[in-house]
Amino acid sequence: MSTTTASSAAGPALPATRAAKAPKPPNPARTRLRRRLAQWGFIAPAVIFMALFFGYPLVRNIVMSFQDYSPSTFFTGRSPFNGTANWSSVFNDELFGKALWHTILFTVGSLIGQFCIGLGLAVFFSRRFPLNGILRSLILLPWLVPMVVSGVVWRRILDQDTGVLNSFLGTIGLGGDTPWLTSTGMALFSVVLVNIWIGIPFNMVILYGGLQEVPKELYEAASLDGASAWRAFRSITLPMLRPVITVVLVLGFMSTVKVLDLILALTDGGPADSTQTLGTLTYQNSFVQLDFGAGAVVGNILILISAVFAVFYLRANRNEGK
Amino acid sequence: MTAASPDGLRQRRRRHHRRVTVPLTVVCALAGGAVLSGCGQQRDPDVYTVMNSSTDESYHRWDAQTLARCGKRLGVAIEQQSVPAAQVMTKALRMASSKSLPDVLQLDASEMPTFAEAGGLIPLKDLGLTTTDIPRGIVDFGSYEGTYYGAARTVNTLALFYDKDALAEAGLKVPATWAEMRSAAKKLTRGKRYGLALSAGGAEDGVFQFTPFMWSNGGDETKLDSPQVAGALDYWKGLLKDRSLSKSTVNWTQADVNDQFMAGNAAMMINGPWQVETLNTKKALHWGMAEIPVPKAGDDSVGPLGGGILTVPNTGDSAREKMSAKIIGCMSGEQEQITYALNSWMVPANEKAAAVWREKVPELAALSHQVATARSRTAKLGAGWSSVSLALQSAFQSALTGESSEAALKRAQQRATSGN
Repeated sequence: MSTTTASSAAGPALPATRAAKAPKPPNPARTRLRRRLAQWGFIAPAVIFMALFFGYPLVRNIVMSFQDYSPSTFFTGRSPFNGTANWSSVFNDELFGKALWHTILFTVGSLIGQFCIGLGLAVFFSRRFPLNGILRSLILLPWLVPMVVSGVVWRRILDQDTGVLNSFLGTIGLGGDTPWLTSTGMALFSVVLVNIWIGIPFNMVILYGGLQEVPKELYEAASLDGASAWRAFRSITLPMLRPVITVVLVLGFMSTVKVLDLILALTDGGPADSTQTLGTLTYQNSFVQLDFGAGAVVGNILILISAVFAVFYLRANRNEGK
Repeated sequence: MTAASPDGLRQRRRRHHRRVTVPLTVVCALAGGAVLSGCGQQRDPDVYTVMNSSTDESYHRWDAQTLARCGKRLGVAIEQQSVPAAQVMTKALRMASSKSLPDVLQLDASEMPTFAEAGGLIPLKDLGLTTTDIPRGIVDFGSYEGTYYGAARTVNTLALFYDKDALAEAGLKVPATWAEMRSAAKKLTRGKRYGLALSAGGAEDGVFQFTPFMWSNGGDETKLDSPQVAGALDYWKGLLKDRSLSKSTVNWTQADVNDQFMAGNAAMMINGPWQVETLNTKKALHWGMAEIPVPKAGDDSVGPLGGGILTVPNTGDSAREKMSAKIIGCMSGEQEQITYALNSWMVPANEKAAAVWREKVPELAALSHQVATARSRTAKLGAGWSSVSLALQSAFQSALTGESSEAALKRAQQRATSGN
């Protein structure tokens, strides 16, 4: 079958006279091989790049989680395998369970907050009104500020005694003595609030882009049918936005589940480990305790969680294609 | 008119294009350069490198001047590399695996045991450096398991800083015992001003600040669940209960504490002499310095020894290592110690140098007494300090946010023992 396609493909391209002069027809097997090689040649850079910069660290990290990787490894180059010792020490650490729970609360809380506010703003800005463009670009500001800077600034804002937020709440008669970052019950909530603030622009921009794709005629038709605004939102906007929503939520999940810099800048995992997440735990294991094996274990667990969601995402996209 | 608009468009696009390309090229070139130099760094035979954490402009300048003098005396060129304090350890480890360690490495004393245990340091005595005139405590400070690896130029510790005007106004004398400090702090708490500020943050800063209370009360890092440690923690809780301490204490680093003191939000603070340079920028603030109060009159005020120590990393080149030791010898020589101490408000490590220094800055006398009794954090636990420190941070934060000291410390002790 392939020979016919090859010859038919070559046939019309060559003028009949020159085809007759040709000493022998091109070997179909060789042509096919050459084409294969050319295809692989184009793919190779991408494959090598992926293997080098994604595959190698990933595999290295998995191997490392089964090794006794200590500071002396850097000098001797020796890191003996120690079976599942790193894994069991991580799972036996009560901090791991706490950190896992905090990671779930942090991720789910942030995603819900960012998405709802982001969607609300996107819908709001998809109408025409004066200063729309300027306001929309102002809302992008949190996105432009580096995480660490936001963390440091928010830590000052949320300071219980000298912070602007409490003094503002005090002025308008709403207490003003909230222990934002200093109570074990409150700190995680405050960290989530700050992360929502940071994540809103991303959600808004992507969802706003998605909204522009929704044909205006649909809304016209709906209003002619007498649909209320809420009904139009539920039956037109949401279904039309679904692919964009998947993208926003999955990407948001992946960037939220591993947040480290923000938490370090805001609370350093405290008070009393109440804002310790898997991200900060990896950091603490690897770079404070210099127990790189244990750090790799927590890192692998984070990768695994992200991978599960990536699979869901690919699945959802494939179904969309069908 | 028709011609102008496409032309203008093209021009704008080209300009836009260049605006993106130029920084991109620069970034790529920098990244490429960094990668290449990181991989195959060759030691320049004529240039010795000293890696430290002097990223502040003033400290960097003082060190550069010292290195220039020492380079001249020894006839070599010395280059300074400064990286942020928190990254010295990991950076040095990475350099070890790529065989590009600096000739002299300044480590924080609490990090040295880990580096020494990994086999990364050369004993200074093997390279011909002696410890004469260095007090026992400071030799121990630079030693791991009895071997002297690190020479200190200056050391620091914590002290009680107080606002002279605030104390005078309240008619109080400088507190010397826990009871006096508690009642003074209570009287000084007024309006937006707290009586005392200290750092109980969830990092080494907080642990550093807790040690003088724990040690002066007879407690010990090898047994966190002892009544002495609980007593120290209860004292902190008492201050918080009196409202003499801000609740934000659990969130403050030592730099934050200094900011609060300078802003007039605290009448006294526990802090170190490295803050003096900043403190002195506020001329209206008249501060004094005293030893940290003790549980009962007559007790010793035992603070933590802090500061960097100069070490020779194991590079495998013994000729260079000998010269590195000479550089350390010069940097930690008597005269250089006095110069550095006067600049940085720390106490010279050498006894003779310290005697000269005391005459020059009598206002810091409290500091030199405090240093004389101060202890090294890693003397007992060595490389095991980091896991005890983490357990202790979590414990005092739990206690300050409501849990009982005993329960929090009991858990900390369990965590510290299981962590090793």
